[in-house]
Amino acid sequence: MQIFPKSANAWSKASIFAVLGLVAGLGGAVGVMQRSDFVTAANTFRDQPVQFSHQHHVGGIGIDCRYCHTSVEVSSTAGIPPTKTCINCHSQIWSDSPYLEPVRSSFRDDKPLRWLRVHDMPDFVYFNHSIHVKKGMGCETCHGRVDRMPLMRQQNTLQMEWCLNCHRNPEQFVRPRSEVFTMGYVPAVDQRELGPQLVAEYKIQSLTNCSVCHR
Amino acid sequence: MRTDGRLLTCAVALVSVAALAGCRQDMHDAPRYEVFEANASMPDGRASRNLPAGTVARGQLRDDDHFYTGKVNGEFVTEYPFPIAAADMARGQDRYTVYCTPCHGQLGDGKGMVVQRGLRQAATYHQDRLRTVAPGYLYDVISNGFGAMQGYAEQVPARDRWLIAAYIRALQLSQNASVNDVPAADRGRLDAPPAAAGAPAAH
Repeated sequence: MQIFPKSANAWSKASIFAVLGLVAGLGGAVGVMQRSDFVTAANTFRDQPVQFSHQHHVGGIGIDCRYCHTSVEVSSTAGIPPTKTCINCHSQIWSDSPYLEPVRSSFRDDKPLRWLRVHDMPDFVYFNHSIHVKKGMGCETCHGRVDRMPLMRQQNTLQMEWCLNCHRNPEQFVRPRSEVFTMGYVPAVDQRELGPQLVAEYKIQSLTNCSVCHR
Repeated sequence: MRTDGRLLTCAVALVSVAALAGCRQDMHDAPRYEVFEANASMPDGRASRNLPAGTVARGQLRDDDHFYTGKVNGEFVTEYPFPIAAADMARGQDRYTVYCTPCHGQLGDGKGMVVQRGLRQAATYHQDRLRTVAPGYLYDVISNGFGAMQGYAEQVPARDRWLIAAYIRALQLSQNASVNDVPAADRGRLDAPPAAAGAPAAH
């Protein structure tokens, strides 16, 4: 006796494609999830000890990145300013604001403010700020329009494919050294023309060897 | 055929679960301290340690008073500790723009943006007292502060502080020059219309 109806033949053939589709869909979903803000922690805000606004200090007052991030040109880390840097101005400005009490008590008691790291590369990645700055890579290229961020957030995924996109095509992103710290930079001439020029002038290599970053 | 499909689905699900279980962050967060990381076992909670008082790192002995303090025998030096070349002036301008313009302004007139937002009026360099002071004095003020101004020794290395002092001299000249200061050969250009705008200011 035949227990399957005749249509079972068609169903079983269709199920092959259904399974293939399911696997492809699962793969796609994993891919999307891996790049999502949920996994990369992009565009999320940390609960910082003081709600420091880059928009106000950079966009509003026009303070250069290096005023606080003093080691960005000479070191692997850009540097988080000591409380003393805040006090340079805030000994006088908003000096009795309760909002800034954590800053003042940090300075009084010589206890560092516990800023929470926003851009955290995995420990198996070697990254050095100074070489990127020297080769004409703008702050904005990786960190976005910081001058428009009331609270700091990670603009990009910081994933390897994102790094490689620039390491493979530096001419698309390089800018004149004089514009590295500029926010809202627009190339004066076409980037397709300027980029290759600067790559040659600054001797930028397209470094995609594994051991460049994974040492 | 249908059983195979189920098997495959089960296999995919199993592999996914197994893969998820493998998601550990050990290599993302290696057991080491990063720059500025907190370390609970230190009394002040800092992983990066300050040098113990009285120690000097190799190669960092600051025995050159002229260079590091701007003073020799308690007197402000009247000479720069090294020759200032054109490239040095450009760097001085760059460092001045980063660290000084917030208060002293691009022209050195003490009308920077932070002053406009309420900081006490910063000094203008265009006064007789500051036009005549020794370079060592400018270096000392940059390093240790003056009045409401905090010192910038932590933010700006010593050599750059000298370059800023040199650039302040250039600023003073720029705002207090007469036609006679212009070389005769170049005076004709004073009346020429200004060059076309578009060259972005040095940053």
